[in-house]
Amino acid sequence: MSQIHVSTKINGDATEFLCEPEETLLDVLRDRLGMTGTKEGCGTGDCGACSVTIDGRLVCSCLVLGAEAEGAEVGTIEGVADGEALHPLQKKFLEHAALQCGVCTPGFLVAAKSLLEHNSDPSEEEVRYWLAGNLCRCTGYDKIVRAVLDTAQEMRSA
Amino acid sequence: MRYEAPRTLDQAVELLSAESGLARVLAGGTDLLVQLRSERIEPDLIVDIKRIDGMRSITAERGGFRIGAAVSGAELGEHDGVVALWPGVVEAANLIGSTQIQGRATMVGNLCNASPAADTVPALIAADATAAVVGPNGRREIPVADVATGPGQTSLAKGEIIESLFLPSRPERSGDAYLRFIPRTEMDIAVVGAAVSLTLDEAGRCSAARVGLGAVAPRAALVPDAAAALVGTTVDEAALEQMGAACSAACQPINDKRGTIEYRIDVAAVLAKRAAAIAVKRAGGE
Amino acid sequence: MPLDEQKDIEVRDFRIVGKRPLRPDGIDKVTGRARFGADMTAPGMLVGRVLRSPHAHARIRGIDASKAEALPGVKAVVTSTDFGEVDEDLVDILHNCMAHGKALYDGHAVAAVAAISQSVARQALKLIEVDYEVLPHVTDVDAAMQADAPVLHEAAADESVPDGMSKNVVRRYEFGHGDVEKGFAAADKVIERSFKTEAAHQGYIEPHACLASMGPDGQADLWVCTQGHYMVRNTCAGLLGMDASMLRVTASEIGGGFGGKTTVFIEPVALALSRKAGRPVKMTMSREEVFRASGPTSSASIDVKIGMTSEGKITAGWSELRYQGGAFVGSPVEFGAMSAFAAYDLENVQTIGWDVVANRPKQAAYRAPGAPMAAFAVESVVDELCKAFDLDPLQVRLKNASSEGSKASYGPTFSKIGLPAVLSAAKDHAHYSAPLGPNQGRGVAVGFWFNFGGETCVSLNINVDGTVGLSVGTPDIGGSRASMCQMAAEELGIPYEKIRTIVADTASLGYNDVTDGSRVTFASGLATIHAARDAIQKLCGRAAQIWGIDEDAVIWEDGCAKPAGENAGSFEPLSLAEIAATAANTGGPIAGHTEVNADGAGQSFAVHLVDSEVDPETGAVKILRYTVFQDAGKAVHPSYVEGQFQGGAVQGIGWALNEEYIYGEDGRLQNPGFLDYRVPVASDLPMIDTVIVEVPNPGHPYGVRGVGETSIVPPLAAIANSVSAAAGVRLTHLPMSPPRIQKAIKDAG
Repeated sequence: MSQIHVSTKINGDATEFLCEPEETLLDVLRDRLGMTGTKEGCGTGDCGACSVTIDGRLVCSCLVLGAEAEGAEVGTIEGVADGEALHPLQKKFLEHAALQCGVCTPGFLVAAKSLLEHNSDPSEEEVRYWLAGNLCRCTGYDKIVRAVLDTAQEMRSA
Repeated sequence: MRYEAPRTLDQAVELLSAESGLARVLAGGTDLLVQLRSERIEPDLIVDIKRIDGMRSITAERGGFRIGAAVSGAELGEHDGVVALWPGVVEAANLIGSTQIQGRATMVGNLCNASPAADTVPALIAADATAAVVGPNGRREIPVADVATGPGQTSLAKGEIIESLFLPSRPERSGDAYLRFIPRTEMDIAVVGAAVSLTLDEAGRCSAARVGLGAVAPRAALVPDAAAALVGTTVDEAALEQMGAACSAACQPINDKRGTIEYRIDVAAVLAKRAAAIAVKRAGGE
Repeated sequence: MPLDEQKDIEVRDFRIVGKRPLRPDGIDKVTGRARFGADMTAPGMLVGRVLRSPHAHARIRGIDASKAEALPGVKAVVTSTDFGEVDEDLVDILHNCMAHGKALYDGHAVAAVAAISQSVARQALKLIEVDYEVLPHVTDVDAAMQADAPVLHEAAADESVPDGMSKNVVRRYEFGHGDVEKGFAAADKVIERSFKTEAAHQGYIEPHACLASMGPDGQADLWVCTQGHYMVRNTCAGLLGMDASMLRVTASEIGGGFGGKTTVFIEPVALALSRKAGRPVKMTMSREEVFRASGPTSSASIDVKIGMTSEGKITAGWSELRYQGGAFVGSPVEFGAMSAFAAYDLENVQTIGWDVVANRPKQAAYRAPGAPMAAFAVESVVDELCKAFDLDPLQVRLKNASSEGSKASYGPTFSKIGLPAVLSAAKDHAHYSAPLGPNQGRGVAVGFWFNFGGETCVSLNINVDGTVGLSVGTPDIGGSRASMCQMAAEELGIPYEKIRTIVADTASLGYNDVTDGSRVTFASGLATIHAARDAIQKLCGRAAQIWGIDEDAVIWEDGCAKPAGENAGSFEPLSLAEIAATAANTGGPIAGHTEVNADGAGQSFAVHLVDSEVDPETGAVKILRYTVFQDAGKAVHPSYVEGQFQGGAVQGIGWALNEEYIYGEDGRLQNPGFLDYRVPVASDLPMIDTVIVEVPNPGHPYGVRGVGETSIVPPLAAIANSVSAAAGVRLTHLPMSPPRIQKAIKDAG
């Protein structure tokens, strides 16, 4: 059991860690780095609760090996707010009551932020398809979709 | 388990060849990591090919495109050239999983995972795509249809990896399309998949066609009888009916948690007809 | 202080209740700071994992864990022998948490290990040798009732079950009144149909997780995601032979439950491992374990017979319901039989329920347990009768609707209920008359849920700076801390932001029932209101003391104590903050408390209206439009009420269309993952429109009714009626997956 040394950047901070070859990025974030904002809902890439970005690309961290993060830029829920200042999506999720239990929320926020970076004016259908890999069992998605559309509109007019 | 991320193709082949235990190639990892975590496979070596030059690039070649083994679905979908030339192949690749999966999943991975229900394979078969196989004995280019030999099984020898796929050039007035049936709108494995690639002559008659089906047999396959039903026709209702019947006749499906034999046979015809209609439209026909 | 103050309800002009303030736990949840079950760690923590049966039914002849115990890094192995004798009412729970003698379903726990890492734990499980004698199995409810079916338990049935039935039939229930045969004779048409529904899982996104730590002195702490930490404490203490006081349970944030986290699975195992290892043990279920070994709901087989006159009067309703509840007694068939006809004011009604065991995981509550499948069956037949007579389905339901004074089919007489108001709201809505296109159909159905009150205890502490700490004992599963703050602020007359609500651990507050039965906003809300009134009484007393007047001469208004009666105007009002600031001089800390077994949870009714389109060639269904109408009594925080309506509707859509437990011939679950257990994704759905109807519940000071569960009762039926209309053929088997619909259309020619 020889561990791998990985140098990476997480939310802009240079980070080093050791991990076993079979450990996922999700395991590393949660168990080694104490970044438990990223959640495990399924471990098979089917629920999106573990969504992070790697070099700007939205992925499920449960389907990435920790070792693959070498030299990469990783973005997690902990980096969505800018210090004390919430991201507009975070504010809109609260205003729209777009969360009930809140366990899927980090994944939705990371995924929705990625959407708005790709497409500043998504249609309802585009929001729904972009977020189809994020399961929410509480809300029926209605308020989530509204929050994302509202954020997009506000960010465009800002 | 060891993890290696070689910088060259030669190193990758060497690592894979030298491993006495179970070795697996990691590109997007969207199938491999699921298998790892469920302990369905316990490899001794993982070779991550993403750091090898060229693996993540799409290059123009002979009027077509060469697509590196580690190109993700998202990257493919953002490539205007490939989207314009082979929209059916791109839509097949982009149907796999969620946005998150698209950020990682590759066509070569889809091919090598050798699932009978792989979405890209019928589309690649219909496109007459080839795979560049590199191994201890050099490089060879094989038809995509020859990669999978059965569920989870491929024709690749020890030490061999697929380095890229080649999507050929195509004549004017050509179009392709891929449709699959899933119970939801996203996130499912195809119950049936159907791809049609065709070319029309100036009069709007089909001069060439290839039809591929997925999830209705142990591996995705070309259906020559279905293509024959289209060639020489204006792809009218009668031709479509005949093509659909040929598709149903080619099905050898199973009953499983995703669908019944009867359902798959019926829906294969339905989807092939609908895909053909889209392909005709893309080829500039009516 | 009286608990029922009906006169409050109508006249009250709310200041904060009914508004939509931001939830107090919101920032933590949008930044990743909130700590859920798996987010806690402890020094020296071990990893616990469970070995599960690969067989649906097998005798365990022996377990040899010696090789696992010898593996370096393994600190404890437990099996059923590590648990002693327990009270009779805990036996099934224990045997579900750890197989005893027989493995009763695929995924049944047979042993567990605690080790220094995931990988060591994984290796250790492979070294445990279990000697199984594989037995014949049965997973289907109708098959399990056959006389020659494999038997799970020799003596689980009670005296309600007649002789001669399969031993898998363990309970019989009957409800109703009148004479159904007479009623059928008076009908112009009688329709009898049989229905089946497959088992659905609650599908909460957070898998079960806990962190247990027991010291050598027997004192233990447990951090766990649960709907009821007092239940966890009492159950685990019972299973481990501990005093309840020795086990402190803290409820983590909870990532969904929907009833599925109202019992224990890994918690007693984690405690047993920690006891044996002498170190903290963290356990988390994988998603596969959640599907195989937590509690989905029952699958059901139901016959319904209803008679109607040509004018749409229902003359009799009869139903026989058969639910399998997994490997142990306790399917929710009793609730199914009670609720089936609750929406109808019937002279003649009879329902019979059979509780059946089968080789599946022990069912757990799922949102209005037992009611959705019963509503599916009954509402489908009502729909068919309406179509037969060409009658408006909402008009027929209005004509037969239960209302205040109706004798409910399950016994009691309804007090003030909102069914007629809800039906009228649906009938008047633009959706009901909107045009439909080809292959599209509209469905409507009614749903009912009892709602529950239960044992509740809260403490409301007035802080010296005039802020308030409110301790409740019901885990916040969907925004209840916001509504508690609203109700406390409403009573006290202080700003919402001045109140912080926490979910107290089991050592800090008296017993509270589980967050279930749609009870929290009702019962914890009621207790909060009364704790606030208790505190107000004390605040007024302090003011009286300061002013040197009689306590009865002080009133509480706009957040201040004011002299009243003959003293009115003689002193400046004292604010809550002013009284709190001097509390040390007037008698010490000020707090309000309530301990109550809350009665009077008003029943709730809903109507769902849904349009769908069916692709006749593939059987694919698209939900085009969906509107929920439901009585909330009083919506404390309307956004979260709407959220409950929407969430329940979408869970119902999943259950109706694609979600099902699929077992193979070998009795093993074929789809233990979100890939093939297909919960709705965002792109499957339209917006879910909601109409909140408010018919105040006389049993709550503000008129609140629970809203969480009713919303999953109508959708199965409403969607079945919609899809049946779109497909031109009646669908009687859920889920209506594309292959089932395509076959039904094909078979109908």
